[in-house]
Amino acid sequence: MIRRLLLVITLMGTQAFAADPAIFEFDDPTQAARFQQLAEELRCLVCQNQSLADSHADLAGDLRREIHQKMQEGATNEEIVDFLVQRYGDFVLYRPPIRPTTYLLWFGPALLLVLGFGVFIVSMRRRNQSLTPTLSEAEHRRMAKLLEEED
Amino acid sequence: MLRYTIPLIVFIGLVLFFADGLQRDPRQVPSPFIDKPAPELGVPRLKTPDQEIYRSDLLGKPALINVWASWCVACRAEHEVLLRLARETQLPIIGLNYKDKREAALQWLANLGDPYTTIAVDADGQVGIEWGVYGVPESFLLDPQGVIRYKQIGPLTWKVVEEELIPLIQSFETQGG
Repeated sequence: MIRRLLLVITLMGTQAFAADPAIFEFDDPTQAARFQQLAEELRCLVCQNQSLADSHADLAGDLRREIHQKMQEGATNEEIVDFLVQRYGDFVLYRPPIRPTTYLLWFGPALLLVLGFGVFIVSMRRRNQSLTPTLSEAEHRRMAKLLEEED
Repeated sequence: MLRYTIPLIVFIGLVLFFADGLQRDPRQVPSPFIDKPAPELGVPRLKTPDQEIYRSDLLGKPALINVWASWCVACRAEHEVLLRLARETQLPIIGLNYKDKREAALQWLANLGDPYTTIAVDADGQVGIEWGVYGVPESFLLDPQGVIRYKQIGPLTWKVVEEELIPLIQSFETQGG
């Protein structure tokens, strides 16, 4: 059992290694870092919860090769991202662009926070108001009478 | 009364919102290609490798581009639908044999039947990237002008053919395409 578990762990390790983008050759380390950063910002469409850098899917490998090749040809990050968005849609981006269809995604949490805070303030005010007793006209008279009697 | 109904309404709203989200298929990534011209092919044909097939070869009438591979399990189920489609309609079906071995692909057609008008070979997946393919099978319906009008991710079913493809093809005809 333990042996099998160890085997699984070992295999997991080698798999992660297989996806290592270091198999691509770069002229200088800044290029390699740029490649790594790009691959981490882009989503693998097959596994969806993994970036192109992490994914072992066949397609992710192809797309990494595509990115590498485009970098060698001197493409900018923007050009590479555009190339992928044109083909796979905004879904390849881990950080979706800000546009009307994604407003809720971007600003929804802040909106909820503001709303929640508003509700909190209003309910606090109401509570304070209900704590300060207000007496009706009749009650006032009755109270005055009671106080008089005490004297 | 209001202090109980408002949270209840908010809660029901959230439940509906999440229920809707959970029922969506995360694999159905909306294609950016809908209503855009189909990308180029420019690859050899499976049966006549000395001939290439281009996007311009597909123009003039509607066409279905079906991405398949002999190693793809879901393609086997889909194959029946394609055979029936070829038998019952005039729609040209162009195969895109994706990252496959030539012999394996030819063997598949010999065993299961060949619904394709012609088959383009995408040996290294390069055409697949151009077309935004991220899994096989996938199918694209092109109108007579070569514009992608529908994309099916995963196997085509006869239901999809009847409910999506055929009405679209009929709409091309009424547009005088």
